[in-house]
Amino acid sequence: MIPIEFYLVLSAFMFITGVVGVLTRKNAIIVFMSIELMLNAANLSFVTFSSFLGNNIGQLFVFFVMTVAAAESAVGLAIIIALFRNKLTINIDEINVLKW
Amino acid sequence: MNEIFMITPLLIISGGILLSLIVEMFYKKSEIILPWLSIAIFISAAYYSLLTAYREGVVFNSMLAVGGLVHIFYFIFNFGAAIVVLLSIDHIKKVGIYFGEFYILMQSAVLGMMFLSGAKDLVMVFIGLEQMSVCFYILTGFNRKRSSSNEAALKYFLLGAFASGFVVYGMALIYGAVGSLSIPSVSFYLINQSPSIIFIVGLLLFIIGFSFKIAAVPFHMWVPDVYQGAPTTVTAFMSTGGKAAAFSALLVVLVPVFSNLAKNNFIPLLSVLAVITMLYGSIVAIAQIDLKRMLAYSSIAHAGYMIIGLAAGNQNGVTGIVFYLAAYTFMNLGAFGVISMVEAKDNSHVDLQSYTGLAAKYPLLAAMLTIFMFALAGIPPFAGFFGKYFVFISAIEANLTWLAIIGVISSAISAYFYLRVVVVMYFKSTDSPIDVEPSYYALLGIFISALLVLVMGLFPNSIIQLISFFVG
Repeated sequence: MIPIEFYLVLSAFMFITGVVGVLTRKNAIIVFMSIELMLNAANLSFVTFSSFLGNNIGQLFVFFVMTVAAAESAVGLAIIIALFRNKLTINIDEINVLKW
Repeated sequence: MNEIFMITPLLIISGGILLSLIVEMFYKKSEIILPWLSIAIFISAAYYSLLTAYREGVVFNSMLAVGGLVHIFYFIFNFGAAIVVLLSIDHIKKVGIYFGEFYILMQSAVLGMMFLSGAKDLVMVFIGLEQMSVCFYILTGFNRKRSSSNEAALKYFLLGAFASGFVVYGMALIYGAVGSLSIPSVSFYLINQSPSIIFIVGLLLFIIGFSFKIAAVPFHMWVPDVYQGAPTTVTAFMSTGGKAAAFSALLVVLVPVFSNLAKNNFIPLLSVLAVITMLYGSIVAIAQIDLKRMLAYSSIAHAGYMIIGLAAGNQNGVTGIVFYLAAYTFMNLGAFGVISMVEAKDNSHVDLQSYTGLAAKYPLLAAMLTIFMFALAGIPPFAGFFGKYFVFISAIEANLTWLAIIGVISSAISAYFYLRVVVVMYFKSTDSPIDVEPSYYALLGIFISALLVLVMGLFPNSIIQLISFFVG
């Protein structure tokens, strides 16, 4: 059997990849994909712990996270489209009517 | 059957959302009827919350707490939302976003806030947080033809979702350490053993995620842009209800956890967070000329004062935070209400320059804004003073006197930019003062806020007694 640490290290690696992606990438869609990666890292941790602890609350939570992530992407993509119609760009560096 | 009666306020809002959706679908001019329907829903939910506050308990397999302090929060959210509806009726017509959906999204956001404040389980915290946040993302970008609104929505969405990622990952680690997601079992876990490293990291990630939501420095960078770009009444709503909800969730999770944790690990962290948040907010606000942006930095500073109560962590701290949140909700709603009235069709006239000589032309409006600015600056006898007073007292009780002293210094600094608005309105004159479109609904909302700010400032003791009765 694969020890729990392997799963947790993989999940932590995914999470950090997501955080670095959000902080360094300039394309709004890629930033958004990195956020989804962070959520999936959390899902992997939940499933791992659920399996190793032998209770299924963690697996239940994963369904909530997936549902919420779907709702969030619907709203997020709509926002990105609305912005693209006005400014014809989704590069975060060029989105600067308001100062950061 | 008993559980059904205990969640009456939640049922009123949920039923209200469904009813509003049906009205919106079948009635062509829903934007005329929906604000009044929303006000009826919010007021009745607020009324039932207070009426049933004495019945405390947990419902739905101990997922959700009802009664007591939770219902005080329900009252703050619902009453605040009712005032926001009053402010919005004419404002959204003026800025060209006259749609009925606006109010349905507000109701949905309020339902999310209510889940958040009553949560007894981390699943509930997550669902409530996301329901509230997703509605706020849409409301921020509601003015979809204006690029500053789009931009604010994108920034809010990306950073809000980023913060949610931290919260969820933190919850995963807490679950791994504890083996359960319910908050009582988390505090039970801490009684029996010293926390593992996984738990500490999870709790840290959770606090970082929520620091984004309550706008604590260094996780505040979205606040000024989002508050400036969003439609003004939406800013009023999310700076008050949204912040109160995020703080209520922090109280729900952290107070039971901290009461059993070796607190000494987290007090320095929260103290440092409080100090940099309030000083940064107060100092940077001085440089702002856009009033919405200035109030955004002021909202950061106020989050800092409230974190002081969280760091103190005693019963007075919790009571102080709840009082502060109620006071902050009504004074901020009023201030944004005046700004939304003065704001012109094309979203100009939100800078300090536009307020020159306002007192001569519109004495009533200027007097109202003066009340709210005094209250925000923490000048007695308005509500803001006692909010700060109770929080600082709790810090002194918890042997954090230095924190209270920095708080006092910071609010002395902040008095400068609040009073500058008053000076510009009363003591400067101009040949061409701006025109303000009168809106009687918004004026009513502003009056109610001003009245509450005065009442809370004049009779703070009875309100504090009520809150501490439910906290204790």
